[in-house]
Amino acid sequence: MKQSIFTIKENVALTSSVYKMTLVGDVSEITKPGQFVNIKLDGLFLRRPISVNDVVNNELTIIYKVVGKGTEFMSTMTGGELDILTGLGNGYDVSLSGNNPLLIGGGVGVPPLYMLAKQLIAQGKKVSVILGFNTKDEIFYEDEFKKLGANVYVTTVDGSYGTKGFVTDVMKNLETYSYFYTCGPEPMLKAIYNTSVTEGQFSFEERMGCGFGACMGCSCKTIYGNKRICKDGPVLKKEEILWQK
Amino acid sequence: MAEMKVNLCGIEIDNPIIPASGTFGYGYEFAELYDINMLGTFSFKGTTKDARFGNPLPRIAECREGMINAVGLQNPGVEAVISDELPKLAKCFNKKVMANVSGFSVEDYAYVCEKLDKCDQIGWFEVNISCPNVHGGGMSFGTDPKNAAEVTRAVKKVTTKPVFIKLSPNVTDIVAIAKACEEAGADGISLINTLLGMRIDLKTKKPVIANKMGGFSGSAIFPVAVRMVYQVAHAVNIPVIGMGGVTCAEDVIEMMLAGATAVEVGAENLVNPYACKEIIEHLPKVMKKYGIENLKDIIGGCK
Repeated sequence: MKQSIFTIKENVALTSSVYKMTLVGDVSEITKPGQFVNIKLDGLFLRRPISVNDVVNNELTIIYKVVGKGTEFMSTMTGGELDILTGLGNGYDVSLSGNNPLLIGGGVGVPPLYMLAKQLIAQGKKVSVILGFNTKDEIFYEDEFKKLGANVYVTTVDGSYGTKGFVTDVMKNLETYSYFYTCGPEPMLKAIYNTSVTEGQFSFEERMGCGFGACMGCSCKTIYGNKRICKDGPVLKKEEILWQK
Repeated sequence: MAEMKVNLCGIEIDNPIIPASGTFGYGYEFAELYDINMLGTFSFKGTTKDARFGNPLPRIAECREGMINAVGLQNPGVEAVISDELPKLAKCFNKKVMANVSGFSVEDYAYVCEKLDKCDQIGWFEVNISCPNVHGGGMSFGTDPKNAAEVTRAVKKVTTKPVFIKLSPNVTDIVAIAKACEEAGADGISLINTLLGMRIDLKTKKPVIANKMGGFSGSAIFPVAVRMVYQVAHAVNIPVIGMGGVTCAEDVIEMMLAGATAVEVGAENLVNPYACKEIIEHLPKVMKKYGIENLKDIIGGCK
């Protein structure tokens, strides 16, 4: 973990409520896809945890959805500096992927899968990606995953684009995949848990106090005892998950 | 040369800065960031007789200049603290640590303190009496002078190390409770614990945290904490540890002027993990600015 100051290079809208921010700074602590950063914003007490979308040289990109005061404030930023804690969370373990891993993202759970796909493809894996959205206007990053060379499927709940339905509707019909990685809303994660025929890894979202394991604000129960989503997660393996609700 | 040493019930500490319980784990997370031996000491995560998962999630809510938490005393239980956490801490902290203890009955408190009293690493106890008394109708021990005194006596009977009683601010007369603890043998008082608070989500019309209510902390509560530290420090003859919304070296001076011998830093650690380090490094400059040569001289300096 490192606390440092990043400069905002770019902040662009990908959809009406999803933004992509490019930040320049010390990215040395970001070592794995699926990690997150925790951002201090003026006038707000708690930092805002956002997943890492990608890291290239000294540039960090994050993709966030406007859901409250913090992200709304972030969406208005056009430049300046941000105090950011980097290198948080365990991240995805790419060593378990097998040869043709499946990546499944739902809505604003899509971004961390990008850096993961990039790494897996660089290792010569045949990567398939399912991106799930509610409707056509909410879709982002389909082309970016295609450019990496991934086999991309898109689903929309209302059928306005791609396959009508949920990510699991595509997942059910896929012939084979060696392993899966996912990030998205909890109902989707649960559906994937029940649909999947292989082992895999899930990235969870939770309200956090500190983001680095000190406050016990985001604890969950697992097969292997209590874990902190921020420090021992946000990625948990399928075998260890105990669904709470 | 700025003198920052203070004496906490017979143990001299290098400076009065103490990370507060629940914001610093068992220390080793922060030891990855800086040498925690620079701290006066720290108060470790509230420890109970049995392991506790705590409350359902969400446990955290944002507030203006603060936060609400309803973690619910998640901890591995006293046996695991002694067998796992303290040995891990020994690798990165060579000073005496403050043992924060919670319980749900007088017997719980005594049980945990008796076990921890045998650990050399522990210098002091900080007994959190804000917990509900499950055998006494669920009211917090800390809201009634008689119950607060009963816990104090029970803990004093089984311990050899100094005992601070940590008071809840959610009471009508905090001075009466502090005095009851002093009369029952407490070696010191620490205050304030969090203020009971609540947030409601406008979209769902439901409380933000699953437990509905929780403890409000952060810079917003600082004036309340200063007031209560002032009241208590002027009413008792035992040392007081002041806490509540402390974020900077100036706040430390203010707390000490109000009557605190040492000062705990809580919520600020969660948003700035280097908060205590920065305060300790900045303190000599602020002392110089206000013409303070020895911090001991300003304790209770505001009459």
